[in-house]
Amino acid sequence: MALKTFIEAVRETLAEEMRRDEAVIVLGEDVGLKGGVFLATDGLYGEFGADRVIDTPLTESQIIGTSIGAAMNGLRPVAEIQFADFIHPAFNQLVSEAARMRYRSNNKFGVPMTVRAPYGGGVHGALYHSQSVEAFFSHVPGLKVVIPSTPYDAAGLLRSSIRDDDPVLFFEHKKMYRSVRGDVPSGEYVVPLGKAAITHPGTQITVIAYGLMAHYALEAADVVAEEGISVEVVDLRTLRPLDKETVLSSVRKTGKCLVVYEDNRFLGYGAEICSIVAEEAFDYLDGPVTRIAGPDVPGVPYNHVLEDWFMVNPEKIADGIRKLAAY
Amino acid sequence: MATTEARPGATSELAASVGLTDDDLIGMYRVISTARAVDERMWILNRAGRIPFVISGQGHEGAQTAIAWPLKRQFDWIAPFYRSIATCLTFGMGARDILTAQYAKAVDLSSGGRQMPGHYGNVENNLVSLSSPVATQMLHAVGIALAAKIRKTGQVAMTSMGEGSSNQGDVHEGLNFAAIHKLPFILCVENNGYAISVPVERQLATPNVADRASGYGIPGVIVDGSDVLGCYVAAKEAVDRARRGDGPTLLEAKVIRLTAHSSDDQQTKYRSADELAALQEKDALPRFRAQLRDAGVLTDELEASIAAEVKKDIDEATDYAENAADPDPRTAMKWVYAEDWPGETPPAWGFGGGHGMEGHEGDTSAAEDAV
Repeated sequence: MALKTFIEAVRETLAEEMRRDEAVIVLGEDVGLKGGVFLATDGLYGEFGADRVIDTPLTESQIIGTSIGAAMNGLRPVAEIQFADFIHPAFNQLVSEAARMRYRSNNKFGVPMTVRAPYGGGVHGALYHSQSVEAFFSHVPGLKVVIPSTPYDAAGLLRSSIRDDDPVLFFEHKKMYRSVRGDVPSGEYVVPLGKAAITHPGTQITVIAYGLMAHYALEAADVVAEEGISVEVVDLRTLRPLDKETVLSSVRKTGKCLVVYEDNRFLGYGAEICSIVAEEAFDYLDGPVTRIAGPDVPGVPYNHVLEDWFMVNPEKIADGIRKLAAY
Repeated sequence: MATTEARPGATSELAASVGLTDDDLIGMYRVISTARAVDERMWILNRAGRIPFVISGQGHEGAQTAIAWPLKRQFDWIAPFYRSIATCLTFGMGARDILTAQYAKAVDLSSGGRQMPGHYGNVENNLVSLSSPVATQMLHAVGIALAAKIRKTGQVAMTSMGEGSSNQGDVHEGLNFAAIHKLPFILCVENNGYAISVPVERQLATPNVADRASGYGIPGVIVDGSDVLGCYVAAKEAVDRARRGDGPTLLEAKVIRLTAHSSDDQQTKYRSADELAALQEKDALPRFRAQLRDAGVLTDELEASIAAEVKKDIDEATDYAENAADPDPRTAMKWVYAEDWPGETPPAWGFGGGHGMEGHEGDTSAAEDAV
């Protein structure tokens, strides 16, 4: 075991996977000599060379579209979109092409491609360096969407994503890159896609979260524990395919469910979780399915007072827990 | 399937002039004839109410066949577009594969009946599956070429599209990237002068798509799409150049669109009768036929036997497609991913085709609660 930051886990796993399988390549903006704007690919260019670590022009559609083609001709590309906010020019390639390739070809073609992108706010990134984009892509059958919250999961899930035969969007909360540390064992362990984790067992309220919010949910759970509220935290880890069973069995046990996400509240990813819980655990519910989510404004504003207002934090989650507990 | 051939091993002066044999020329003629005949059959079936939709390649066949000819089948790659019938036939698909796609039957090689007709592509022939948003396949072909270069396979990747599609941003991004990395890539633009109803003057500010090549530092080559062997020579040079590692080529074939955009389009609304009548003179098929006859490669006897074989092939393919089974709705949730996932549950009506709960085999929880 070694204590690593979140970004170290990502970087070292990329290097290990590239050593293990020469079909793995990395491409994106500034991923080469610079090692990426967050240094997630630092050192890869020196070790693997310009053929396998490719600095692309500022062309997100090309990054994804050529990755799709390369994946169909024997490679396993790991594309980096510099910020999740910049993924939208590639939306057509992801949604019309990568997601549908296997289905539309009746399983003749697949796209074994991983797309990494830093997402999320709370880092003074304003409207275009703070977005959460997971809802757009989790909506689309054919894509897999992964959001790890710990260095352990980041390494294990990134390995699974790169080795998966379908396109995986791997979103990393940029605020966690250097602020989150955790034990990462050596060796090629994997965390399977599609499996949630119960990170804090409890009995009275289920809080469902992912990414940075999974940490904030744990902090909130500790706060309300002192007030006598027992919270079970479910960290989804993979948003699609969803581990419905872990979600539902937790809610069936506790009878109350709070869903937390940083994205805009309206039609955010958590809305689907609420819907599934309401539909499939109705008989067990002892209160409304509720949400703590980002406000419905078009982006995270820059000024720190405004940004603090936008961001979901442990206090806001604790308030939501208290309200639901009192119901 | 070919039972009739040119004089075995013969090389006429015409064939020698472009570095081919008479067998090649007859092979090209056979593909062009098949593509035209299968296309005409599609329209008949559509008008007879047997198939709901046709998108056609008539007028493109000579260029398509000649340009795909120098690529190696089952080795090189082509990302085709919706008019690429002759391209796909050249690269290994048969009339049966085209017609089962028209009928969207389970045996349709391209998609098992999931896609609209015209979306040809199958891994067996290194033809990339395509979608309907135009020009997306550009980047797939560039990516295939990138993988070929990294893996040192020696493969060349080509994509084809219309001049309308060539205006998409993916084309710019792809040409730029392919040129930077000198990828073994060819963009073939089949310029038929129309993007559905919009004439080329309203699509391009330059006379030719190929004029843009200089902006990427690559050769832009214009060929007359009615000159089959001229198309072949230009394509051969582009393929050789790509294979040598000298980078991509933008090849523009000036072709004609003989039919409406699709079976749902009425082209007389935006094209004059005179314009349509004049197209016949630029049709590659009769021109190539006359060229082969003049060169002594195509005799009366050979021409008649090829025509008979093509007709027989298409008749058989039509019967086969007409009688083939539809896809089973029970397969409709397969291949969302490489494996089944318990979370991807079927709808409350199961696989009964929307007629109540019959055939339901999926997650019943929601429906049972509703009951």
